[in-house]
Amino acid sequence: MYQFIARRLLSTIPVLAIVAVLVFMLLRLTPGDPAAILAGDAASTEQIEGIRKTLGLDQPLPVQFGIWLGQMLQGDLGESYYYKVRVTELIGQRLEPTLSLAALTIVIAILVAVPLGVVAAWRFGGWFDRALMGFSVFGFSVPVFVVGYLLVWLVSLKLGWFPVQGYKPMDDGFGPFLYHLVLPSITLSVIYIALLARVTRASVLEALGEDYIRTARAKGLTESRVLISHALANAAVPIVTIIGIGIALLIGGVVVTESVYAIPGLGRLTVDAVLSRDFPTIQGVILFFSLVYVVVNLLVDLSYVILDPRIRY
Amino acid sequence: MAATGDTRYEELSVEAADIRPHETTWQRVKKSGSVRLGGAALAVLLLIAAAAPWLGTVDPTMFDAGSRDLVPGKAGEMMTLDGDLLRHTFWFGSDSLGRDIYSRVIYGTRVSLFVGVVVALLSLVGGILLGLVAGYIRWLDGVIMRVMDGIMAIPAILIAIALVAMWRPSLSTVIIAIAIPEIPRVTRLVRSLVLTIREEPYVEAAISLGSSTPKIMFGHILPNTIAPLVVQGTFICAAAILIEAILSFLGVGLPPEIPTWGNIMAEGRIAFNEYPHTVFIPGIFLTVTVLAVNILGDGLRDTLDPKMAKRI
Repeated sequence: MYQFIARRLLSTIPVLAIVAVLVFMLLRLTPGDPAAILAGDAASTEQIEGIRKTLGLDQPLPVQFGIWLGQMLQGDLGESYYYKVRVTELIGQRLEPTLSLAALTIVIAILVAVPLGVVAAWRFGGWFDRALMGFSVFGFSVPVFVVGYLLVWLVSLKLGWFPVQGYKPMDDGFGPFLYHLVLPSITLSVIYIALLARVTRASVLEALGEDYIRTARAKGLTESRVLISHALANAAVPIVTIIGIGIALLIGGVVVTESVYAIPGLGRLTVDAVLSRDFPTIQGVILFFSLVYVVVNLLVDLSYVILDPRIRY
Repeated sequence: MAATGDTRYEELSVEAADIRPHETTWQRVKKSGSVRLGGAALAVLLLIAAAAPWLGTVDPTMFDAGSRDLVPGKAGEMMTLDGDLLRHTFWFGSDSLGRDIYSRVIYGTRVSLFVGVVVALLSLVGGILLGLVAGYIRWLDGVIMRVMDGIMAIPAILIAIALVAMWRPSLSTVIIAIAIPEIPRVTRLVRSLVLTIREEPYVEAAISLGSSTPKIMFGHILPNTIAPLVVQGTFICAAAILIEAILSFLGVGLPPEIPTWGNIMAEGRIAFNEYPHTVFIPGIFLTVTVLAVNILGDGLRDTLDPKMAKRI
């Protein structure tokens, strides 16, 4: 078991190394002087020279990568030229809104999608199943910002139930915090629900065809026991896997949702950094999001042991 | 309940694939309701894109300060570049610069469909080349697939945003930036297909007859990967249309004067409270287009690639 965890941890190193190379190359492949780009449009000649020195841009490419990687491994993502603070500090400041949005979205998606998927599989081929499959195609197709504006218009402007935009940090009280977060989370959860409901349905359907379901029914268990403790429990591994893979989708959605609802999180930071061509911040955010994606999927792999006792490493 | 339930689930494997051997693939595809529905909707959209200048549109970049923020259906005047005064009915209203939203939405169809199709083709070509090499030339497999894993660990939208930011936005940079993060998925698919197909007797026969490696890759293996690739290409097309719209909407995509649905929505969000139609009309077009491509893709998957249809 511990051996497996160690092996799985080690296996993330090549992926992260490739990500680091890609992010590093991103800036070097840009036409123009990387030092001038990193320093920003308003930098003086001395500042550009300073950056050239610290990054070793006068050195050959592999040496440059070595210097850069050394800084990254020490947790030094450089300084944002736009905000004039360390990128790590910047990410820290913007973490709470994004993390809250993502967490609430995942909770909503699981609470909605898993029951829907189970019922669709139970009533396979019926009207509910077909309606859910139809919704899931729709959910994949409708852009996050269209859902966002539709909800803002209907729920906030017409009905006045939720605020149109903005974010309240958790320090201002849990009530206002949640009140501002509900609509963005529902917006973002649509595509996640579509994905999760589809996979839940498919894996529960597969489980329902197994012999132990027949046995469970023959024992006289109620349908709900059969569905939940037998079918769903055996369908857990693919469902959790897709939650992990869906994180990539979620990160993309976060960028858009935060822009629609004016939430000062990492997604907003990414867009603002691109618009102001703040390259240290762009690099930092990409590295951070990729790290999150890799770590989440690592945790998903480890969770198989708990979800399915037959899996032993 | 339980008894009938059981037989129903057992029939599932037969039901999902539903293949009659005497039918050709093309007959099966034509009979699929999803293919017909998605294909018909897409045909209409293609027609709109092709016939854009003759659908009562004006130049989508033309603006007139006297016709700003008109509600849908209102008539107004526009000054053309030649100085002629043009009477024009704004079916979808006008934006805050006095541009005709109807014309912009109609011309936006061209951009979206073009981006979708070109990105799909580009990422298929890139993915096929890399996948064939990885699957057939074994010593390159590890390197290529690790790089693909790395790209897949970065969310697609972030790669696209970062690349466009580096290169400065234009139609070609946006297309390439959207295509690059789609390549790994195609590469993985092609590689896995190649690994299965290369064990087939006809490939062994070709090797024994002394065929060259490129001939085996392109002449024997590639033709057998077409069906799943068509399906994958359709889904990439849908994703590309979405990502292009997202880039434009965030203000990091194509320049704002180019009529794209994302740009129209980005412009419209400023006065969203008073004029929600500026956001909703392009939003509806965008949703319908992506939906049509996805439905077509679902239909193609179910008919062309029944093995994949059973999995999902």
